Amino acid sequence: MLKLTVNDVEVEVEEGSTVLHACEEAGVEIPRFCYHDRLSIAGNCRMCLVDMERAPKPIASCAMPAGDGMVIRTDTDRVRKAREGVMEFLLINHPLDCPICDQGGECDLQDQAMGYGLDGSRFSENKRAVNNKYMGPLISTVMTRCIHCTRCVRFATEVAGVPELGAIGRGETMEITTYLEKTLASELSANVIDLCPVGALTSRPYAFTARPWELNKVESVDVMDALGSNIRVDARGAQVMRVLPRLNEDINEEWISDKTRYAIDGLRRQRLDTPFQRGRDGRLHPVSWDEALKSLATALRKAKPKGIAAVAGDQADVESMFALKSLMTRLGSSNIDCRQDGAKIGGKRAGYLFNSTIAGIDDADALLIIGSNPRIEAAVLNARIRRNWLASRMPIGVVGPKIDLTYDADFLGEAPSNLDAIADGNHKFAVKLKKAKRPMIIIGMGAMTRADGAAILGKARRIAEAYGVIANGWNGFNMLHTAAARVGGLDIGFVPGRGAMDIAAMGKAARAGKLDLLWLLGADEIDFDAFSSSFIVYQGHHGDAGAHHADLVLPGAAYTEKDGIYVNTEGRVQYASRAAFPPGDAREDWAIIRAVSGAVGKSIGFDNLAELRDALCAAHPHFADVDQIAPTKWSSFGGRAKLSAEPVTYALSNFYMTCAISRASETMAECVRANGVDSSTAAAAE
Amino acid sequence: MSALVNAVRSFLLLELGKGLFLTLKYFFKPKVTINYPYEKGNLSPRFRGEHALRRYPNGEERCIACKLCEAVCPAQAITIEAEPRDDGSRRTTKYDIDMTKCIYCGFCQEACPVDAIVEGPNFEFATETREELYYDKDKLLANGDRWETEIARNLSADARWR
Repeated sequence: MLKLTVNDVEVEVEEGSTVLHACEEAGVEIPRFCYHDRLSIAGNCRMCLVDMERAPKPIASCAMPAGDGMVIRTDTDRVRKAREGVMEFLLINHPLDCPICDQGGECDLQDQAMGYGLDGSRFSENKRAVNNKYMGPLISTVMTRCIHCTRCVRFATEVAGVPELGAIGRGETMEITTYLEKTLASELSANVIDLCPVGALTSRPYAFTARPWELNKVESVDVMDALGSNIRVDARGAQVMRVLPRLNEDINEEWISDKTRYAIDGLRRQRLDTPFQRGRDGRLHPVSWDEALKSLATALRKAKPKGIAAVAGDQADVESMFALKSLMTRLGSSNIDCRQDGAKIGGKRAGYLFNSTIAGIDDADALLIIGSNPRIEAAVLNARIRRNWLASRMPIGVVGPKIDLTYDADFLGEAPSNLDAIADGNHKFAVKLKKAKRPMIIIGMGAMTRADGAAILGKARRIAEAYGVIANGWNGFNMLHTAAARVGGLDIGFVPGRGAMDIAAMGKAARAGKLDLLWLLGADEIDFDAFSSSFIVYQGHHGDAGAHHADLVLPGAAYTEKDGIYVNTEGRVQYASRAAFPPGDAREDWAIIRAVSGAVGKSIGFDNLAELRDALCAAHPHFADVDQIAPTKWSSFGGRAKLSAEPVTYALSNFYMTCAISRASETMAECVRANGVDSSTAAAAE
Repeated sequence: MSALVNAVRSFLLLELGKGLFLTLKYFFKPKVTINYPYEKGNLSPRFRGEHALRRYPNGEERCIACKLCEAVCPAQAITIEAEPRDDGSRRTTKYDIDMTKCIYCGFCQEACPVDAIVEGPNFEFATETREELYYDKDKLLANGDRWETEIARNLSADARWR
């Protein structure tokens, strides 16, 4: 520990800290533009100048390593004048167009000019002008405003792993550019908008639509992938205007993926705002809630209990799944499944969690990825793997087709049968795994949805046990889900009971005409051809595939429109909050299920959300621990069958369109056009 | 003694005479009232009357949708929606002022960085229905076109003190 004195306050900081850290430790605010906690130090804005004893000039605190016995002052006249001078230099070429700038109201330069700058300008010459650069459909640029902090360049190079941004020219002719005027080919590209301390990079879809002071800010949780990234939803009136990341060191730090940020314009399109019923003419007609509930109650009464099934989709909240499960139990059916993709997971909790936790990636020193493309399936998590790889160059092996992961990886073959060699210890990657102290395995849905999914899971478990993946308080056995609802659904047991049908068996039964009624809770990605003979009830928020094939549509609420519990891939319980109300006659999902239970006369024991949550926590106590991961015992799971030699395909090929919301989003469609349909596999093929 | 003086005063109607003399004095003084609406009083260049949205001399609307007037309005009478226009510039798609809410404080014109929203010299905009007082962008721009000469003169007259 190093001892420093900052403005007469003694502070202790760790070895390797900077003077800026010490100042922060002492509770002194240091203005800065180029310095960012999660990026390398550039030291080029000079805004963080402070006085050091015995130093002839002010020092840049962000770049100066803290030393024992340093005496720092941040309140001297010299520091004040230095800040005013730097501010004046920055504003020489910065246009005074705050009224038309989207950053206005949340601009670092505005705030710091108010706090540390002079009140006037002494500059009467012409300001410089810079041509705007094209950076794709998400980022709008006004490069004249750029102050050359190079945060965006460092982010693209270090965190996103796409070194496509850079600065060319020197002095006044310096420009930030994409070199080739093309879209930034990263799933995290829009984070540069948050990083930009001025309005040079702003959000294109959000351009000019709202000001920060007129937005209602609600802290919530993302459902576009299974990470459960912490987000802030900004809404104006009934409309969600934008999504921003919220700091959570354990999950997303302060990044979110482009889909998380921009799929929200899908919430305004293709919405189900009233119940629909399929008429005799084969078309869906709007009906009232009373009629919809009555016809559903009739259908439920008519159906045999064994012929009723329910499937939960990828974005369902735990409450509605719990309510639906309770209702199905009361109806006498346990044909329920939350794995619409047919993944062979469930049962033992340690077998379907990201056991090491996401933060645990930082500690890993070898990584085996089986059938997962984390860049697409969990872009923020991929950035964490990349950070570890950058620091440690840990060996990374991938079982699956070649892809560009933004870090080097050994591709160990496309077929899961290659795992046999690793398990036997004959493979060269097995040696690396053996050497590692904290090896990690990540299994993706691309492997789990296969027919031999259970066998792959069992093989992975045996590799984990043999190679010390589970040892000495370390559990590096990780499942990377693609669906936000999956872990929550598995935790509450939204899986078929003894002798009941899973999604595959439901399809078979439906083809045989034995499935009377199928209730889809936001499930759009199932094989609808199989269910043509069943009465399909679709409860969801978008007119996607599910509503298209449904006989009865119950309009529900999207994730921004309800208070809900989601469990992320680590098993972390998170509470999301409502930012806006569902459109038209749409209702919150648990309330719809409660209304149906009333209509069929089968009480499910709760009348409001608090009672529902009480019942949920009584049945599954770990749901009461918000933001916590319930400890899980390691146990035996998975199958023992022979692994097939058929190549693995990844669960997702198109990052931008994975759910009903993102499929309805215009911005996401533009991203697909700008990046080509399948950016990652195309890049790998080059 | 005083009772006697009072009695004489009231007997001689002195107060009445005094009052009538005052009336007579004002009868010959110049008149201060005006014959509104045929005559109108003088207005300060700072008079805050009916709102108007101004244009540049080339016909381009001044308002750039910065929403500062909306933010500063203490009565929350202003509603603005904006989006990029086809040429990429920042413009309003909706600019509404609820004149029944407005308290004519003039904060909006003080907040405006481009002198787009102003309170003009017009104060004769009474309407027969409430709905007519919900001004939209077209109405405000029309006001601006109609009153531009007076508004420009007032602004230049007041420019020294702004």
